[in-house]
Order: sequence, then structure tokens, then C-alpha cells
Amino acid sequence: MNLELLVTLGVFAPLLGAAIVGLSGRRLGDLLSKSITTGLLFVSCAVAWIVFSQWTWGHLEPFTVHIAPFIHVGDFQSNWSIRIDALSAVMLVVVTTVSSLVHLYSWGYMAEDPDKPRFFAYLSLFTFAMLALVTAADFMQLFFGWEGVGLASYLLIGFWYKKSTASAAAIKAFVVNRVGDFGFALGIFTVFWMFGTIQFAELFPMIAAREGTGWEFLGYTWSALDLAGVLLFIGAMGKSAQFFLHTWLPDAMEGPTPVSALIHAATMVTAGVYMVCLLSPIFEYAPLASSIIALTGAITALFAATVGLAQNDIKRVIAYSTCSQLGYMFFAAGVGAYEAAMFHLFTHAFFKALLFLGAGSVIHGMHHEQDMRKMGGLWKLLPITYAVMMIGTIAITGLGIPGIGGFAGFYSKDIVIESAWAAAASGHSAIGLFAFLVGIFAAGLTAYYSWRLIFMTFHNKPVWKEEGAHHADDHASHAQLETHSEPLADDDAHGHAHDDHAHDDHHHHGPLKPHESPWVMIVPLLVLSVGAVAAGFLFEGFFTGHHEGEFWRSAIFNGPHNHVLHEAHDVPTWVVWSPLVLSVIGTFAAFWLYVLKEGMARRMAERGGVIHAFLYNKWYFDEVYDFIFVRGAKAIGDLFWKIGDVKIIDGLGPNGAAWASLKSAARLGKLQSGYVYHYAFVMLLGVAGFLAYAIYAWGA
Amino acid sequence: MPQIPFILSVVTFLPLVGAGLIMLARLMGKGDAAGAARWIALITTLATLAVSAVLVAGFDASIATYQFVERYVWFAGAEYHMGVDGISILFVLLTAFLMPICILASWKTITERVVDYMIAFLVLETLVIGVFTSLDLFLFYIFFEGTLVPMFIIIGVWGGANRIYAAYKFFLYTLLGSVLMLLAMLWMASTAGTTSIPELKAFDFPAYAQPMLWLAFFASFAVKMPMWPVHTWLPDAHVQAPTAGSVILAGILLKLGGYGFILFNLPMFPLASQMFAPLVFTLSAIAIVYTSLVAFRQTDIKKLIAYSSVAHMGFVTMGIFAGNDQGVQGAVFQMLSHGLISGALFLCVGVVYDRMHTREIAFYGGLTSRMPWFAAIFLMFTMANVGLPGTSGFIGEILTMTGIYQVSTWTALFAASGVIFSAVYALTLYRNVMFGEITNPALKAITDVDKRELLIFAPLIIGTLWLGVQPGLVLDYTAASVEALTSAYQLAIGG
Repeated sequence: MNLELLVTLGVFAPLLGAAIVGLSGRRLGDLLSKSITTGLLFVSCAVAWIVFSQWTWGHLEPFTVHIAPFIHVGDFQSNWSIRIDALSAVMLVVVTTVSSLVHLYSWGYMAEDPDKPRFFAYLSLFTFAMLALVTAADFMQLFFGWEGVGLASYLLIGFWYKKSTASAAAIKAFVVNRVGDFGFALGIFTVFWMFGTIQFAELFPMIAAREGTGWEFLGYTWSALDLAGVLLFIGAMGKSAQFFLHTWLPDAMEGPTPVSALIHAATMVTAGVYMVCLLSPIFEYAPLASSIIALTGAITALFAATVGLAQNDIKRVIAYSTCSQLGYMFFAAGVGAYEAAMFHLFTHAFFKALLFLGAGSVIHGMHHEQDMRKMGGLWKLLPITYAVMMIGTIAITGLGIPGIGGFAGFYSKDIVIESAWAAAASGHSAIGLFAFLVGIFAAGLTAYYSWRLIFMTFHNKPVWKEEGAHHADDHASHAQLETHSEPLADDDAHGHAHDDHAHDDHHHHGPLKPHESPWVMIVPLLVLSVGAVAAGFLFEGFFTGHHEGEFWRSAIFNGPHNHVLHEAHDVPTWVVWSPLVLSVIGTFAAFWLYVLKEGMARRMAERGGVIHAFLYNKWYFDEVYDFIFVRGAKAIGDLFWKIGDVKIIDGLGPNGAAWASLKSAARLGKLQSGYVYHYAFVMLLGVAGFLAYAIYAWGA
Repeated sequence: MPQIPFILSVVTFLPLVGAGLIMLARLMGKGDAAGAARWIALITTLATLAVSAVLVAGFDASIATYQFVERYVWFAGAEYHMGVDGISILFVLLTAFLMPICILASWKTITERVVDYMIAFLVLETLVIGVFTSLDLFLFYIFFEGTLVPMFIIIGVWGGANRIYAAYKFFLYTLLGSVLMLLAMLWMASTAGTTSIPELKAFDFPAYAQPMLWLAFFASFAVKMPMWPVHTWLPDAHVQAPTAGSVILAGILLKLGGYGFILFNLPMFPLASQMFAPLVFTLSAIAIVYTSLVAFRQTDIKKLIAYSSVAHMGFVTMGIFAGNDQGVQGAVFQMLSHGLISGALFLCVGVVYDRMHTREIAFYGGLTSRMPWFAAIFLMFTMANVGLPGTSGFIGEILTMTGIYQVSTWTALFAASGVIFSAVYALTLYRNVMFGEITNPALKAITDVDKRELLIFAPLIIGTLWLGVQPGLVLDYTAASVEALTSAYQLAIGG
């Protein structure tokens, strides 16, 4: 079979699975539904690895498979196609690997859910949309995939649709992403009218000639490429949950945990990073836009890490961690080290999916408890989960010894931080120094919150033994609270933390018995552990090391003055060691507060304090947004409706006149036929007018 | 391909023949008049659909000229002049496509005066198709104004409790526009010395007269669209109309306004179009943002969807007066696509209304667990309504926004923000109706869509998805005609 046919099969296999199971899942039954979707996903995954290995070790040339025309209007030409190059090869592997493992894992995790066919169909649909996104050869297919993954995300966050918080979170995710897409769409229009094409292959060679030219937008003249870059980046901010548009991601944890691992950690949320790297030809000539990316990334890396320090919901800690790591990727791309950004994206997919699925295993073992304060001492009962979570934590905290080696995150995070330093030292990026400082400081925070998670969950004294009895009451009170929640409002700020299946009655009474997960959940964890350990040293050479030129080829563009990645290999020793030092400090801080002085952190939190409240409440973003946007939209909507439409337009128009003529019409008796006669009369007048004209014209 | 002689006359008047047959059946007076009326109406509309399919199949999309032209002197210089181009032919098809769906949707729900109801729908179909096929000013006027009579009757007789007020409002608004358009038509006919629309398009109307003429037509078409601020008749009309009436109103009658802009305003008065374009853009932008926010606050499902229609028509008006390929192609596409999507959404409302006899959003909640198929269908059309790529709703929005960006970035900005607002109101509606636990005991026994309802939705689902993935099916038809239109417009305004 030739490769073109093979990749087509690989891309469409998940769609096929989604279609079959989505349309007739209830007739097929659970087992067939799971088998079909998972089987097709593994087919997809095999194809992805074939492409990737041929790209990495073989002599594959970039190519594009044309499937069918999409939108053709004048110069606005878009096609359904599959673009294969280094970027898409990397993304194919990441997406299909995590997705197929998540499919498999869900066999166990969703075992008690009555809606399995729907769940698996959504997962496969998501995967297809994501593959369409990463293989797009023009902006329209990119946008299709972009919003397609948004749809799947909406569906899966709201999968347990009976839960009010879940459906609110689903809407929030969709709407906040739409805010990003608003910028993205304007960016696409800007590019189209600037260059007369939306095809990447036609667009990229034209960009250099545009450098420094102006563009009229909203009455001002802007630097053309900076404008396009900033607008496009707004889209990336939405999808990748960057500062200001990040609020949807923590709430997205309302979805089942496998979904969080796949969509909200490993794949969809990295689409923004992918987009910035893909559009490197634009950003390389858009210094202002690049600086904004670097700044936004750095702020997000810091902000999310600080919030992560104070969260008690195991999934929310990892969600903020994801947000923070995405910030790392963005500042790497913003300072010009796109390769480093992609490398961190790649390794992060493994260890973050691992952490999420590990957390899922804990939640599963704890019968859908997510509050870490109610866990503790689980390492004996969930030994495999504990081991893989340790691996994931070592990977994310970037522990390793410079010059010798470490787990995946060690390689990718260090090159990201070193790139920031190199960009600062060479003056390539104005934000470089800030990004570097944030990078090492947030590395310390990362270590603290990651180890805090491990200590609270697996070590310490098992709180669940005492709390089991109160559990059922909790559930009842939550259910009552939920019924009053408003749409779009974040009603989940305070301690509600139950990943409860809407249907199963897991409301256990009596003592809780945590248990290790079944093998279908363990196997994906073990596979991902291999990635979390080895993805760094195996692929460092290709992504950012000696072979990076041959690996990326034309997929990532570096401007003539961009030597950041090259210089990043040649930074002072203290720069190389500083993230490790901060990381070790963070680890010890967590160890001291949560193990040596067990209970101290909790007492500190309970005593409150402004800083803790500020972090625990996520810098009050939700409250502020709720006040400005949600209530604002409601108030303005009411104003337009009740004052604008009813009082002003209708009051001055039809109702004013209506009142008068209704009175006279009442005397005429049959109202409705009366109007028909009026109407017919006027129309007859028209006919008569035409006749008069016709006779006149005829006579003349 | 077998050619049908006088095919445009056939496709236009076939429904009228069906209406005649129904009357005949009633006069014969034997058996079940209502049942006979339903079947005759269904068969007639299906036959009309078949003829229009033949029409489309025989159409040469590569040229911009009017085809299947029939032209006879009628009387006193007035002509019976018909023909279709790549734009109007698709509206004929849309009308013929939606009508059998409307008949089926009314199959069980209309039990009072069924015979009259079916006759009204068939007459309406003839009149609407006539609007799209006529190429004579006089003929166009009769068809265009004529559509109001059956629609008025459908709302006024089979409507809800407050139907008289709604029908009255509908009438009052429309009347105002019609009178002005009539005067303009008379002036044009006497000035140009012809009532032929193709000839009028070629006629150079003097620059001083264009603004007045443009405004006269604008008054009529803006009410039809409807554009802000003459939109308030629409929510009332929809709320009171029976389901099929809403489908036709949103699916086709609103499009008469946009079609009118494309037939008259843009090609005949290009200078005025350019002059008034900022006005249209402003009104369109207001329509998109304002009515979306109003939609967000509605408590009646139908009213919400009606306001959403106004917002979506804002994309159409701004696209048309952008005057470039993307804008006008997008506008035509948006009209056709909205015909499918809004029709389907009103049918969705009909599904729950038929079962519970209320459209109050607060009454519902948690329907997904009882109605999984309905949940999937309603979700699909909700997503199409918010313009999700892969559905036809996306194509029209993205093209009109692309088009407007070239002419006015401010309008593009507001239109793009409308994409956010549409997600807010549409998803909130969906959540309130479909998600959550069923708390209202009345809903515990609600049943999922049945086979007849699935049959009604199936063509709409296929159409929405197919056009979303292969928009070329429409764009290839409209391309030549739109390019002729836009290049003439650009030439006239010296752009």
C-alpha cells in the first residue's frame, strides 16, 4: 500500500469509528462499540508511527494528499487535504498514541457508565478533528479542525450532562474558545486580503517581502505582519488556555478524566502552540507579535503555577500545571525557539497524559473522590499507580543531572529555559530575560505543587478511613447547590470535587476501600511511563539537538537573524543548573510542609490569609469575568430587548399605530379578514398602477 | 436528460394545480377530505421538487445568463417573462425542497380546516417560486406581494393565541415597504421604458435618481429580511405561526428580501448601493450584536430562534453590499443554508411543542435522557446555527465575513463577535432544554422522535452536512452569476 493511501486511512479511521458507533452504538452494544473505536484508533496510531519513523530515520519527503475541494470562491481557495511534514508527523504520533491509549484506558475507567458508545464515539470524533487540524494545508481546514476539536471538547466536558456543573463548564469552554476564534478568524481574513491566498504553501514564500509594510485595520495603520500575528495568536490563546482566556481549562475537569488526559493535557490544548510553530514564517517577521506571545506565555507559566500551589482537587492541580507548561511552550516559540516549543509539547504529552491517567486511576480507586485532602497513604493500596505517578512527577519537574541525563521533561524544559536565556543574551527577544526568570522560578513552583500532589495523595495518613462515613451527606448537599447554578457561571469554586458518574450509584456508605485499577487502565499507564522516561533522551537530537536541521527541514522557519536554538546549547553553566536548583528547593519545600510537618500546610490554609485566598480563588478571574461579561451580557440583552425592542421600536412603531387602528378595526368586526382585504386593496392599486402605465406606454 | 417544455411555468404553477385538485376533491365531497388534501399536497410538492431537480440538472452553471427563458407579450406591453440564473435557480430548489417537509410536518398537528391549510401552502409555493422565476417587474410585484396573503392567513387562522396581533404587525410593516417599492417600480418602468428585469439591469439609472429608488426598494426588502430596526414583527409572527408556517417564514420568505437586494438594489443602483453601504453595514452589525444579545435573554424557544434568524440575516445584508465575490457568494450561501438550518430548528421546536404544548424554556430541562435521538438532531442544528465548520452554517458566515473585511474592517469585527454571541445563546438554550436532570414531572413520559419526524429531519441533516463539507455544490452554481454581478458592480462604482 502506498503511503498516501495509508495516511488517508490513518486520518479517516477515527471518523469511521465515530460514525459507526455514534449512529448505531446502542444496537452494536458496549463491547463492539469499544472494540471498533479502539481498534480503528490503533490502526491510526500504527500509521502515525510508520510516517514518523520514516520521517525520522528514513528519507521521507514532505507531501500533501489532496482529498477534495472545500471552499473555492475567487482567490479564497481551500481544499480538504493531508499535509505531511515534520510538524504534522510529530503531531500525528502524539495525537494517535495518546488517543489510542486513552481509548483503551476508558474501557476500565468508564466500565460502569451506561453511555459507553456515546463516549467512545466522541473520543474518536475528537481524534479525527485533531488529525484534520494538524494535517491542514490551508487556513480553512485548520479552522475546521480547530472548531471541530472545540465541539468534541464541549461534548466530552458535558458528557455527564445531568450534572449542572458539567454542562456549565462545557459552555464556558466553547464560548471562551470562540473568543479566541474571533481573533483567529480576523487573522485569517487579514492574511487573505494581504496575500490573496489562504494556502500555506503559497503564503509562506510571500511573507518576507511584506516585512515592515503597513496595513489598515479599524481605521489605523498597523505593522502588517504584527497585526496578522497578534490576531492569529488570540486564537491560540483561547485553544491553549493562555492568560485571560485560560478560565475554561480548570472547569473542563468536569469531564471524565480520560478526556482531561487526551484533550485538556496532551493534544487539543497544544494546538495553539502547534499553530504558532506552523506559522513561524509569519511570526519570524512579526517581532511585536512574537514578543506578545513570549510575554503571554511567561505570564501564564507563572500565574498558573501560583494557582496550582493552592488547589486541593487533584485534577485541578494538574490542569493548572498544564496551563503553566503551555506557557513554557509559548514563551519558547515567542523567543524564536519553535523547535524547543515543539519538543516540550512532545514530551509533555507523555508525562501529562500519564499524570492525568494516573490521577484517574486514583479517582477510580477512591470511588470518584477528587479532593486530595480526603486521600493520603494510598501508595500501599495503589502501588503501580504510585510508581507511574512518581515517574510522571520526576518527568514534569525536570529532575535530571545536566551533562548526564534525566527523564523527558528534563531535556525539553531545560532547552526551553536555555533558549529564553539565549534570546535575552543575544538581544533577539526583548522578553527573553523575563521569560527566563519566570521559567526557572516556575520550575520551582512546578516541583512544589507536583510533589505536594504526590505527598497528599500517596503519603501521609489515610484521611479517607475516617471520612468515609460523612461522604454520603456531602453528595446530597452538593446536588442541592447545583440545581441553582446559573449558566456560564463558575459555580465550582469551593470544594465541590466529585468526578461522579451521573448514573452509577457509587454513593458508598460505610468505609471506603481504595483499590488498584484493572489491567486495561494499567497498561496505558505503563506505556506512557516509557514515554515519560525516554522521550527526552531518545528524541533530543532530532527535535533540538544535532539533527534538528534535517528533522524539521522547512516545516519550521527560522529568520536570518534567529540563532536562538543554536545559542541555547552554549549558555553559562549557572543557567543550565538554575532550573534544577529551583526544582530541588521546590521539592524540599513540599516535602517539609507535607511530610515532615504533616498537617501544617492544612492548618496554614485553614487560617486563611490573603495570599492563600487569592491563589485558591484563582486570582478571582471567574468572579471578575462573571461580573463583567456574564452579567453584562444579560443586562445589555435585557436592555435591548425590553427597552429597545418593546418600548422604543414597537412603542413608536406598530403598537402606537396599532392601538389606533385596532379600535376602528374592532368596529369592522372580523379582524383578520379585514386586513386581508386592506392588503388586497393596496395590491390591486398596484396592479392598476401598472395597467395605467402599460396602457400609457402602449399608446405612446 | 429529458427536457420539460415551459419548465419554469410548470415548476411555478404545479402547486397551484395541486391546490385546484384539492378544491375539486372537496367539491366532489366524498370520503375524507382532509386526508385527500394531505396526500394531494404531499404528492404535488414532491412532484414540484422532482421538476425543480430536472430544472437544476439541465442548468448550465458555467454561464451567467438567464436560462429556460420564457417571454411572451401578455397585454398592454406587459410581458410574461421568466428565467433563472445560478442564484435564483437554487432558491427555487430550496423552496421545492422545504415544501414537502412542511406538509409532512403539518400531517398530524393540523387538524382544523386541513383543506384550506393545504391550499394556502400550495398557493404560497407557487407565489414564492414565481418570485424567483419572474423576470418582469410587473410579474415580480404580483408574486412578491402575493406571498403575503397566504402567509397572513396561515398565521391568522392556524396561529397561536395572540395570532391577530402578530398577523397585524406583520401586515403593517410589510405594507409600508410595499407602497414605496411600487412607486419606485412605476417610476423605473416609465423612465427606462421597459418592465424587463434583465433590461433594467442594463439600464443606466441617473445618479440623482438612484438614492431614492434604492431607498424605496430597501424599505421593502429590509422589512422582509428583516433588518434592524424593522425586525420586531418577526419574533411575534414566528411565535404565533404554526410550525410549518415558521419553517416557510424563516426558510424562504425572509430570503425574498436578500434576493431582492441582489436582483434590484445592487445591480440596478450601484452608485446608491455604494453610497448607502455604510448604512447597511451599520444596521447589519447592530443586527448581529443586538439581536444576539436579545436572543440570549428570551424565555420562549421560538422567539429565541427568531431573534437568531435576524442576527444571521445580518451576515447576508453585509455580504451583499460588500459587493465582492466572497461577500455575495457567502450571502447567497448563507440564505440557502439558513433556509435549511432555521427550518430544522423550528421543526425541533415543533417536536417538543407537539408533545407538551408550550414553548417556555423554563418548562423543559433534561430531555436528553428521554429523547436521545432528538438530542442528537437538535444538537446538530444548534451547532450548525452557531456556524460550526463542517456544517453549512459555517460557509456563509466565513465567506460573508471575508468579503466584508475588504470593505469595512469595523463591520468584520462586529460580525466576528457575533460568532461568540451566537454560541452563548444557542448553547445556553440547548443546555436549559436538554441537559440536567428531568425535574418537571410532566416531562417524565415524553417520547423520542418517531419515524415520521425522522423522515422530516433526514433530508435537512444530510443537506446541512453535505453543504458544509462540499459547499461547491452551491458555490459552483452561483459563481458565474455572482461574478457577473460583482464585476458589473465594481465597474460601475469604479472600484
